[in-house]
Amino acid sequence: MKGNEALAKAAIEAGCDAYFGYPITPQSEVLEYLAREMPKHDRIVLQAESEVASINMVYGAAGAGFRAMTSSSSPGISLMQEGISYLAGAELPCLIVNVNRAGPGLGTIQPGQGDYFQATKGGGHGDYRMIVLAPSSVQEMADFVFLGFDLADKYRNPVMILSDGAIGQMMEKVTFGKFKSTRYEKPWATVGKSATRERNYITSLHIQPEKMEKHNLKLEAKFRVMKETEARFEEISTGDAEYLFVAYGLSSRICHKAVDLAREKGIRIGLLRPITLWPFPAERLLQLAGQVKFMMSVELNAGQMVEDVKLAVNGKTPVYFYGRLGGMIPTPEEIVHQLETVIHEHHEN
Amino acid sequence: MSIMKTEEEVITKEPNLLQGALEDHALPETKLTLPENNVCETEDEYELVYHRPVPLLDVNMHYCPGCAHSLVHKLLMEVVEEMNIQDKTVGVAPVGCAVFAYDYMNIDMTEAAHGRAAAVATGIKRLMPDKYVFTYQGDGDLAAIGIAETLHAVNRGENILIVFINNAVYGMTSGQMAPTTLMGMKTTTTPFGRTNEAYGSPIRMSELISPLPGAFYVTRQAVHNAPSVRRTKKALQNAFKYQQLHKGTCFVEIIGNCPSNWKMTPVESEKFIDYEMVKTFPLGDVKLPKADDLKNLTEGQ
Ligand SMILES: Cc1ncc(C[n+]2csc(CCOP(=O)(O)OP(=O)(O)O)c2C)c(N)n1
Ligand code: SF4
Ligand SMILES: [Mg+2]
Repeated sequence: MKGNEALAKAAIEAGCDAYFGYPITPQSEVLEYLAREMPKHDRIVLQAESEVASINMVYGAAGAGFRAMTSSSSPGISLMQEGISYLAGAELPCLIVNVNRAGPGLGTIQPGQGDYFQATKGGGHGDYRMIVLAPSSVQEMADFVFLGFDLADKYRNPVMILSDGAIGQMMEKVTFGKFKSTRYEKPWATVGKSATRERNYITSLHIQPEKMEKHNLKLEAKFRVMKETEARFEEISTGDAEYLFVAYGLSSRICHKAVDLAREKGIRIGLLRPITLWPFPAERLLQLAGQVKFMMSVELNAGQMVEDVKLAVNGKTPVYFYGRLGGMIPTPEEIVHQLETVIHEHHEN
Repeated sequence: MSIMKTEEEVITKEPNLLQGALEDHALPETKLTLPENNVCETEDEYELVYHRPVPLLDVNMHYCPGCAHSLVHKLLMEVVEEMNIQDKTVGVAPVGCAVFAYDYMNIDMTEAAHGRAAAVATGIKRLMPDKYVFTYQGDGDLAAIGIAETLHAVNRGENILIVFINNAVYGMTSGQMAPTTLMGMKTTTTPFGRTNEAYGSPIRMSELISPLPGAFYVTRQAVHNAPSVRRTKKALQNAFKYQQLHKGTCFVEIIGNCPSNWKMTPVESEKFIDYEMVKTFPLGDVKLPKADDLKNLTEGQ
C-alpha cells in the first residue's frame, strides 16, 4: 500500500470524523482516498477552496469536539500556519499531515526535509509548540495517525505528522488493527449550550496582558509536560557505536543502510532516529555524546535538525552535517563516503 | 470622513457634502411627554412591554455609542430566544469590532481568525447539520481578507447564516478603507477619498453572491431607525428558520453605523445611512426563496 493511502485508511480506523484538504503533489492521494472512503463510513470529507480554508474548517470541526484532520505538502502547509497558531492558541486538538517536498517557493515535487524548522519551531506566530511525528515507513504513516490523534486529544493541541514525498509515495506492506481509536470527553466543545452548563467559547484572544500571560503560562506548562514525557526515538546499533548518525524519516532509512555498509567495513557507527522531532530526544543524545567520537546529522535540507543536535549535546561531542537539497536523495554509499571523510579529518585534527 | 465628488473638492472644501445633507434634512426635534400621573400603584398594573433577551448576557458592551453591532447582537439573541434554540445554536465571531461577540451572547461560540468565519462555520455545520450555525462578520473580514471563504461557502450552499455588518470601514483598526468604502469616502488610508483608479469601486456583496445557486436568501437591511430594526429582525428570523430546510446559505447584510470612524454623532450617522450609504447599498431583499422551497417550514421550533 502507498504511504499516503495507508495514512488515509488509518484516519478512518482511528475515528477521524472529518477531513478537509486541498490537492497538492505529493499527497493528493490522501484527499482522493478519503473522498472515496469517508462517505461509506458516514464521515465528512470536503475539498476546500484552499489550505487556508481547510485548516479553518478543521478549526471549526475540532472546536465542535470532532476528530478532524487535514493534509498537504510544503507550500500548502505554509498557508496553514496562521490556522495552526490559532488552533494551538485556542487549544484545539487535530491532526495535520505535511508530506514534505523540497523548496523554497514552489520548489519541486520531489521529497525534502526543508520544513523541519517550520514544523518544530512553530511556523505560525506566537509562543506555541506542537508534537511532530516523523514516520520512516508506510507502517508508521498508518500507526502515527492513531498516535497523533491520541496525543492531540490528550493535550488539546494540534499534532503534526511530518512525512516526505518518498514515504508518502512508496509502497510497502502495512498491517492494521494494532491500535484502537480512543474517544475523549470534550465538555468544552461548541455543540450548543445546554441549560445545565455555562456557554462554551473557543478563542485564542486574551486582550489584557495579565490574562494573556496567564494563558501563555498555562500553555507553557502543557508544553513542558509534552517535552518531558513524549520524546520518542529509535536506536540502531548504538550499543558499541563510536560514531552516530542522527536522521529522521527518509534520510534515516538511507542512514540505516549506511550503518550496515559502514559496519561491513569495520566502522562502528550507530543511528539515532528521532520519531518525535518535537519534543526532540535531546536527553538521549546527550548521553550518547559521552560515548561517541562525533555525531553526524544527515538531512534532506541545508542543515536544520543539526542545530537541535548541537543544542542537545551542548559541545560535548563534535556534530557534523551532511545534506542533499532540491529533492536529491543521497545513496547509502555516498553517506558512508562522507562518514569516512569526516572520520579521516577528525583523526587528523 | 466625508463624501466628495472630486479630489480637488476634497482638498479645498471642508466640511463635506454630508454637512449640507444634514442641514437640508434636519429631523424635527422629538419631545417625550409623559402623562401627569404615570405611576403604577400595584404590580398588576404593570405590563411587561420589553425585556432584555435572556441569551444576551447582562454585561456592558465595549461598542461605541450608536454602533450597529450592539443592536444586531440583541436582535440575534431575541431571535434565538423566541425560537427557543439557545441549545442548538453555535455562533462564529469575526476579527473586527465584534471580536468579543462571544462575551455578549450566552450561546456556544467560536472565535475565527480574520476572514475565516465561513470556513470555520463550514467545519461546524458539516459535522452538526441540525444545529443552527451563524457567522457574524464585518466588511473587512468578509469582503476583503475572507472573500474566498465567503464565496465558496455560499457556492457550496452551506446551510449557515452569514450576518454581514457592512459599515464601510475597518472599525476595529480605526477607520481604514474597506472593500465597501463608498466612492470618494475619506478614510485614514484614503485621506483624499476613495478613487476608482486606486481601489476600484465598493463591492456589493449581496448582489455578488445572490446569483450563486447556493445562496438561498439574500437581503440587505439596516438598523438605523425603528422600521429598519424591525425589518432586520424579521430577516434574521427568516434566515434562522430557513436553516431547517437545508436549502443553502442565508446572507443577511446589515448596513451598520460606525459613528466613531465616520467621525459623526450617532444621529448624523443615521442620516448618513439614509442619504449616502443606501445609494450604493440599496436596502431590501436581493434574493428570496421560492415559495415551493418554503413549504416544509415549521413555525419556530
Ligand atoms: C491576518 C490579520 N490581518 C489583519 C488584522 C487586523 N485587523 C483586525 S480587525 C481588522 C478589520 C476589521 O474590519 P471589519 O471586518 O470591517 O470589522 P469592523 O471592525 O468594521 O466591524 C483588521 C484588518 C488581523 N487581526 N489579522
Ligand atoms: S469603531 Fe465603529 S464598528 Fe467599532 S465599536 Fe465603534 S462604532 Fe462600532
Ligand atoms: Mg467594517
